[in-house]
Amino acid sequence: MDLILPSSGLIIWQLIGFLALLFLLMKFAWKPILEALDEREKSIEDALKSAEIARNEMANLKAENERILQEAKIERDQMLLKATETAKQLVEEAKEKAQIEGAKMIENAKAAIETEKKAALEEVKVQVSKLSLEIAEKLLKKNFSEDAAQKALVEEMVKDLKLN
Amino acid sequence: MLRKFLYLSVLFSAFFLTLSTPVSAAGDDEDRTGFIMHHIKDSYEWHFATFGHKHLTLPLPVIIYSADRGLEFFMSSDFQNPETHKFGEAYAHNGYYIDEHEHLYSVEGRSFTDLSITKNVAMLFLVILVMGSLVLSAAKHYKKNGISAPKGAAAIIEPVVIFVRDEIAHKAIGPKYRKFVPYLLTLFFFIWIGNLMGLMPGAANLTGNIAVTATLAVLTFIVVNVNGNKEYWKHVFMTPGVPVPLLLVIVPVEIIGLFTKPFALMVRLFVAITAGHIVILAFIALVFIFESYAIGVVSTLMVTFLNIIELLVATIQAYVFTLFSAMYIGAAVAEHDHH
Repeated sequence: MDLILPSSGLIIWQLIGFLALLFLLMKFAWKPILEALDEREKSIEDALKSAEIARNEMANLKAENERILQEAKIERDQMLLKATETAKQLVEEAKEKAQIEGAKMIENAKAAIETEKKAALEEVKVQVSKLSLEIAEKLLKKNFSEDAAQKALVEEMVKDLKLN
Repeated sequence: MLRKFLYLSVLFSAFFLTLSTPVSAAGDDEDRTGFIMHHIKDSYEWHFATFGHKHLTLPLPVIIYSADRGLEFFMSSDFQNPETHKFGEAYAHNGYYIDEHEHLYSVEGRSFTDLSITKNVAMLFLVILVMGSLVLSAAKHYKKNGISAPKGAAAIIEPVVIFVRDEIAHKAIGPKYRKFVPYLLTLFFFIWIGNLMGLMPGAANLTGNIAVTATLAVLTFIVVNVNGNKEYWKHVFMTPGVPVPLLLVIVPVEIIGLFTKPFALMVRLFVAITAGHIVILAFIALVFIFESYAIGVVSTLMVTFLNIIELLVATIQAYVFTLFSAMYIGAAVAEHDHH
């Protein structure tokens, strides 16, 4: 047998053997193997994809939660601010009212005092006129008896008045 | 580590070469190294070993087809001396004889086709058997277990299948690779397992036989040219962008190129495997030439080392043959951008 001259028998057997092997394996081996590999790769890819989707959803959910929390915080802050403002306003109003009330009361008190004063003065006037009348009456009564006595009497009366 | 080992081997051989006295007589050389070529070439019988004058051989069927006599079946032992196992014209049987160089002749000079199950054909059947059972048992796993993790034969096959599909077929052929994956897989596994089994002691040199590599190369040639698209043929017969006068030169070159590609495939595999076998056997032959135990030690070291290299070569050559086949297919089916 030659080294570099191909022998016909081996070529024929090689052709038959290799082609038989090729078609046998194509049908019964490579097809199922390659299909299984494709399927496995597809399932891995799908799993990775769905994991990615889940991760994204999770992130979205987290972001949403964060947002809601943020909003709640802002709302709370606003409410607090409003409350303090309202409280301040209420205090202010109360103060104002109190001041007005106080002022009114003072006014009223002043008015009452004035009235009292007027009434007192009126009474003083009445008293004075009464006294004056009395003095005048006594004077008139004495006047008729003695001049000096009259004078002494007036003086005495005036003294009495001063003491009063 | 490897380099140190090499240096050491060379040193050892040099040292022992000076010690040993070559005792080979002139006429013996053929016997001492003849087994190398005997191993490399095909044979009508499967010779395993010789103990003294006893030959341990497996006689193989000799099948002959001729137009006038039809199919004839003999055994190789019919054509040889039962004692020495030598073929020769003297041992003609039924009008045929096998000469000393293992060529089959008809005594009357009739024409016939030799369909014998030679050593390489028997080896071919063994390789097909091993590969078929390996791959089919792997396929069974996928049929039974679907997409679950591979086990057993499937675990051995799967990384290689994925490698051939993704690294060879997909990269070299492009988007239309799927159709060619089964062919490339069969090619890769056949050459790979053939190479590896050929390294076993007593095995035949199947993938280092030019008939085998030529058949594989022709199959690739057919696959390439059957699938060649319009652009591929246009590139061969009307190379775009080349002025008409130059086409007279370019077109013949392109046509020759169609045939040099499979020719290169054929020669590369044949040479790589045959050379590897020859080198290993040459180191073994040193023992018989020098008839020295010392050389035996060194040869054994070298043969071990070369066997490891050959394991690598077995895989590389399977890869290269498959890769080049894929590249030729890729060139035939590619949709070129118009330059």
